[in-house]
Amino acid sequence: MSGRSVAPTTRWILRSNGAIVLAFLYAPIILLAIYSFSGSRIPGEWGGFTTEWYARLFDDSRIQKTIGVSVRVALVSTVIATVLGTMSALALERFKFRGRRVFDALLYLPIIIPDVTMAVMMLMFFTQAFDLVDLLFGLGLSKGFATIVVSHVAFNIAFVSVVVRARIAGMDATLEQAAADLYANRWQAFRYITLPLIAPGVLGGALLAITLSLDDVVVTQFVAGPGSTTLPVYVFSLIRKGVTPTINAVSVIMLLASLTLVAGSVALQRANAVRGRINSE
Amino acid sequence: MTVLPDADVLETALGEAERREEAAQRRRGLILALPSFAYMILFFAVPLVIVLVYSFATRTSTGSTSLSDWNLDAYRKLGEPIVRNVVIRSIVLALITTVLCLVIAYPFAYFCATRSVTVRNLLLVAVMIPFWTNFLVRNYAWRLLLSSGGPISSFTESIGLGPTEILFTKTAVVIGLVYAYLPFMILPLFASIDRLDWRLVEASRDLYASGPASFRKVVLPLTMPGVIAGSILVFVPSMGAYVTPELLGGGKETLLGSYIVTQFLTARNWPVGASLSFVLMSVMLVSTIIYFRAGGKNL
Repeated sequence: MSGRSVAPTTRWILRSNGAIVLAFLYAPIILLAIYSFSGSRIPGEWGGFTTEWYARLFDDSRIQKTIGVSVRVALVSTVIATVLGTMSALALERFKFRGRRVFDALLYLPIIIPDVTMAVMMLMFFTQAFDLVDLLFGLGLSKGFATIVVSHVAFNIAFVSVVVRARIAGMDATLEQAAADLYANRWQAFRYITLPLIAPGVLGGALLAITLSLDDVVVTQFVAGPGSTTLPVYVFSLIRKGVTPTINAVSVIMLLASLTLVAGSVALQRANAVRGRINSE
Repeated sequence: MTVLPDADVLETALGEAERREEAAQRRRGLILALPSFAYMILFFAVPLVIVLVYSFATRTSTGSTSLSDWNLDAYRKLGEPIVRNVVIRSIVLALITTVLCLVIAYPFAYFCATRSVTVRNLLLVAVMIPFWTNFLVRNYAWRLLLSSGGPISSFTESIGLGPTEILFTKTAVVIGLVYAYLPFMILPLFASIDRLDWRLVEASRDLYASGPASFRKVVLPLTMPGVIAGSILVFVPSMGAYVTPELLGGGKETLLGSYIVTQFLTARNWPVGASLSFVLMSVMLVSTIIYFRAGGKNL
């Protein structure tokens, strides 16, 4: 008797559990999308098809503004975190240097630290730093765009670095040596060999960073200034006041944005897998 | 006659060149790491130290923080009934979430691991997609579903069970947490069940173990690393959850995450907030060490 085969009842239980799990995972998202087109003013009630709530979004200047802030924060922090994260991944995987172990441990912390602790850390840090700057230079700094970007980069370097390291670890180091044997200088070896090979990892890391940045509520809430709220923080404050059909519509837009990013990274992995197969043949 | 260099001299020269090359490599590595190293020290390590320092400070009567008086007051406050209740409630809710996730995820992971490669990949992608979508939106979706007059309530009313009033209760918070962290349980469980040596299961069946017995004595012990890893991955973020309890618990059931936020944004008791953040982080660190010991890194 094969170890994998199970009694009919067990098989039935496994199958229905599978179906229930999938329904549990997808029903809320699908229902949310459906209700965003409901004509009723009560958000969880069906009142005929309408696109009114989406139309309202485009007139809502506050939402427009927060979307702008979110996108700018995500782009700037992703670029910085991707460059820094890739550099640290290369340093950790390819070189030995003083302080390597400390650096390695330090890069693990942002991944395991709870959002709330990270938020508290950044808030206290900026308060202290601004007091110090005021004392030393008489400059009155305040929280805003820059503090959000700095905080997002602080947690994203770690995530980019993990993704890129996984890619470098799976890479053939002899290719770089071959380039060196063929008189490529360090820059050429990096530019023409290493970079193209790790590019999918770098892109994957960047997609993860942009997703995390667009997703973040807790840290941003602590470090945002009055004039620079991101979309999730604004929506969070709206939901706490009560659900409205407009929030349904914004949520669906946010959902579509993250699904586009996922589709991007899945397509990327698939392209990689195909290329990997071609290379190995 | 050519004078050949002494073997010793040659060796020293080679060793010297090798050492120099190695020193150059070290320098290059450091230069490459330096920008992010500096960034992480300034914007991560320093903030961490500030939190630690503040947890030993004193809150003045005006709500500001005095750094001149060092004591353990903030930590002593953790023993007070209000704070203790918040901590206990958070632990209980996180435990319930973990157990529920385990009960739901184990059969699912088992199901995935025993499918053909195509089906299994499809199922795993299906699990990951909601996990990648916006966290806030996922919580909001449940708020909509559970709201009074919402779909679930109307459904139970129409079948004669009367309206359900789940929103703003512990149940709603647990549903939200299970929904948010279920993939964290499924993936490590899948990895360990997938790696299971099925010949051992067959052997146990050949030795007349019943299905349940071979599961209990062979499958479960062998997949324990996955169970431990998944449990930690669910328990840890549930303990520190903030968005889910706020949106689905309506702030009525104060949990650790919300309590810490309140200490900073409204109560202005930074030392207590800092000490609780530190306690929370220590829980994570200890759990992470257990996770790695259990072989979680390989999952």
